[in-house]
Amino acid sequence: MSAEEETMSVEEQQEVNDTVVSPEKVEEAKLKARYPGLGAKPGGSDLLRKRLQKGPKYFDSGDYNMAKAKMKNKSLPLAPVEKTEITGGHIPTPQDLPQRKTVLASKLAG
Amino acid sequence: MVSDIISTVEFNYSGELLATGDKGGRVVIFQHEQESKNRPHLRGEYNVYSTFQSHEPEFDYLKSLEIEEKINKIRWLQQQNAAHFLLSTNDKTIKLWKISERDKRAEGYNLKDEDGRLRDPFRITSLRVPVLMPMDLMVEASPRRIFANAHTYHINSISVNSDHETYLSADDLRINLWHLEITDRSFNIVDIKPANMEELTEVITAAECHPHQCNVFVYSSSKGTIRLCDMRAGALCDRHSKFFEEPEDPSSRSFFSEIISSISDVKFSHSGRYMMTRDYLSVKVWDLNMENRPVETYQVHEYLRSKLCSLYENDCIFDKFECCWNGSDSAIMTGSYNNFFRMFDRNTRRDITLEASRESSKPRATLKPRKVSTGGKRKKDEISVDSLDFNKKILHTAWHPKDNVIAVAATNNLYIFQDKIN
Repeated sequence: MSAEEETMSVEEQQEVNDTVVSPEKVEEAKLKARYPGLGAKPGGSDLLRKRLQKGPKYFDSGDYNMAKAKMKNKSLPLAPVEKTEITGGHIPTPQDLPQRKTVLASKLAG
Repeated sequence: MVSDIISTVEFNYSGELLATGDKGGRVVIFQHEQESKNRPHLRGEYNVYSTFQSHEPEFDYLKSLEIEEKINKIRWLQQQNAAHFLLSTNDKTIKLWKISERDKRAEGYNLKDEDGRLRDPFRITSLRVPVLMPMDLMVEASPRRIFANAHTYHINSISVNSDHETYLSADDLRINLWHLEITDRSFNIVDIKPANMEELTEVITAAECHPHQCNVFVYSSSKGTIRLCDMRAGALCDRHSKFFEEPEDPSSRSFFSEIISSISDVKFSHSGRYMMTRDYLSVKVWDLNMENRPVETYQVHEYLRSKLCSLYENDCIFDKFECCWNGSDSAIMTGSYNNFFRMFDRNTRRDITLEASRESSKPRATLKPRKVSTGGKRKKDEISVDSLDFNKKILHTAWHPKDNVIAVAATNNLYIFQDKIN
């Protein structure tokens, strides 16, 4: 892990001065500085839903055709897509799909 | 190799056997060798007893999702005859495996030769009785039951009930109760799925049956709460009997508060009077009779609190550490990063940090305590927080039910440590 030097903004300095130096709050400020678009509900639906759908999602022709139909109807550019979403509103490409691994004998068994 | 990463470790009830499951769906069972008569001052070692492929990768065609073969949990059944039984589970399917020994073989069949070829029945002129002859010990594992298709979400826990007849399995949103003999149905006893998934605020993270009261079980959540349920109260245990939650200081709440409060493991003490929970930074011991706060809190790696931003970015903040009790409930153990693991003595309040790595310990050498330096000045032999290797995580540990023997899984290596005798 690299220890990055962050120059604190005036607001962050204020925050640090206000709270009795809570390291968590300092970390939170760092995170908000790096990702200003981070949602208001951190432990909420988005995070949990990402957790419920763990693992890669593969190409699904049904999703693909639905996405194509959606794209045709929408004239505005779509919102930036989470890189974990392979299907749905995003049309998948071969590069999005992960490689399968091969299974061999366990090293533990000697 | 990625498929060698150990994903679960569990001693059986006597401690004679130690099972490990890995990311490749394999189970390896170690057996404690009897102490040798020549060197009685040394405890016996654990050697490989059996290894088998428990789960294979599968594909859910309806959702276009891969079903990992990784073994999430192994739980042993109490031994009732010569064979050993264990439950192993991946994300979707639980299997009951029978591990039995074979040291005799029948010889002198009438209808086939010794090498298995069928004899021509018309050439057989006399009958003989096959005799049992000794053979080299063979340990066979066979799947006896397959409990499938009962979980929409990913199974995180299985727990065998004290009635020796039933067990529970828990996924992110539901808990099911099974009978060990019946595979085509299970009872849903907890369902926290909201009607509208947009309203989802918490998930089930772990569940366990009470060690003595077969009607009681607990489940923990991603919000740091534990619910104790009594199956006598109703068929559906959506309403808890007890609700355990430590009050939070509102002024210290941050973006990370809920994430680090998520409980990754819950374990009853052997006595059944206490339970222990593991969240990201600490281990808490709860008295089942006191719901409003834990009776003991142990800091595992408090120095990480000032690293939460980076730990969120590299996803380490979501690592699920397990915890375990020793046989007498006087000590608890849990893992950390850099292949460190921590042990806490509940009576003396002393704690120790040890490292599981080939470099730091030779076989039969005593482990040296480690220390992470938190202040500005780093003493000799101390390691600074920034030099910790966050890829070397000890998520799974197990303590022998009777002796001071522990098993520690460090990525794809298994370490077994024991107390020196005398």
